[in-house]
Amino acid sequence: MSLQGDIRGFIVENFLFGEEAGLQDDSSFLEEGIVDSTGIMQLVSFLQEQYRIAIEDEELIPDNLDSIRKITSFIEEKQHSLVVGSAGTK
Amino acid sequence: MDITTTFSEAVLRLDPERETERICSRIRELMLTQMKRRGIVVGLSGGIDSSVTAALAVRALGKERVLGLEMPERHSAEESLQLSGMLAESIGIETVREEISGILDSVGFYRRYDNAVRMVFPEYADGWKSKITISDIMHGAELTSFYLVVQGPDAVLNRKRLPFKPYLEIVAATNFKQRIRKMLEYYHADRLHYAVAGTPNRLEYDQGFFVKLGDGAADLKPIAHLYKSQVYQLAAYLGVPEEIRKRQPTTDTYSLAQGQDEFYFSVPYQTMDLCLYAKNAGVPADTVAAALGLKQNQVELVFKDIDVKRNTTRYLHLPPLLVEEIDWQRAARQLDPKNGGMQL
Repeated sequence: MSLQGDIRGFIVENFLFGEEAGLQDDSSFLEEGIVDSTGIMQLVSFLQEQYRIAIEDEELIPDNLDSIRKITSFIEEKQHSLVVGSAGTK
Repeated sequence: MDITTTFSEAVLRLDPERETERICSRIRELMLTQMKRRGIVVGLSGGIDSSVTAALAVRALGKERVLGLEMPERHSAEESLQLSGMLAESIGIETVREEISGILDSVGFYRRYDNAVRMVFPEYADGWKSKITISDIMHGAELTSFYLVVQGPDAVLNRKRLPFKPYLEIVAATNFKQRIRKMLEYYHADRLHYAVAGTPNRLEYDQGFFVKLGDGAADLKPIAHLYKSQVYQLAAYLGVPEEIRKRQPTTDTYSLAQGQDEFYFSVPYQTMDLCLYAKNAGVPADTVAAALGLKQNQVELVFKDIDVKRNTTRYLHLPPLLVEEIDWQRAARQLDPKNGGMQL
């Protein structure tokens, strides 16, 4: 499954009891009440474990985490920077 | 008068004598018409809220009808008992002390808590201290996160952001404290045929800073409509000892000292009071910022955080939910004047 699909699956399974009706890739989790602040903590733990990334304090912002599309872009960027970082390391 | 142009600290000033009389008269009315109990139990923490609640109960019902409960445990601050004793003496009420460390041990609190902390700090051991702190929204943390702070024998503080699972484990274990205290308050209330007073102020009540079926449980909450700075005004009027009025607000819940504005509220209570008032009254963020010496975006962040906390903690205020109303509930709702019905 695609990264975006995996994230959608996690949100639907954990916060919507498996019912994804109306959930758009750009739906704001916080504004639409899909995920509350405790849910964001759960989401962050999932992303760190699933994609083996470290999310820094300053990255905990709605621009990175408040919709499926934003999370997807954020994870892609993190993974890209990991690859670039390791390619430059001997 | 337009509140949006006259907004200042003065908006929270009240007439303490009048407010005291209003609250006491309401307490008497509720005791007589609703609760039909003959006195009030108040859990005393040595803090401002429980002190004012107890003092109001004494004014409303007389000191013979108020019981103060002191319920320390091994993580409680040393001065808590001293301050609660001072309060009880000043208002002349009987107190009972229930040390709850034994009960907490029996339910496995200390073991469960320490194990949860070790999920983050494996070296955490006997004699270490810890607390939870919240992210600082005034410095850009737009999404709430919590940190675990530990202190070992070398007195150095170490801090890590809490992953979801240990966060839930720590909170769930810690909630034993408030629930055990409430269980004891109801034990004494039942044996005396008293009611239990809850002690939240408006900030705590509005923002969900309480444990469901713990300190959130009560038969009446006499100061839940008062902003914290108004509670201090009543405290001065009611003669609450100065040492209590000067104490920094604390949760007195974790083994490391923890201010309320470290754990839950993003700003000191004076600022939080005014921001909550302003948000409720529709005062624009730029007006609030100018009055409080903050930046507009900081006030906007506090406004946003108020909504986030209201949403996240709405569940705490809910009664047990039913699939459908039963008959007497439906009848009561239809008769309620708020719903266009007649008063019962």
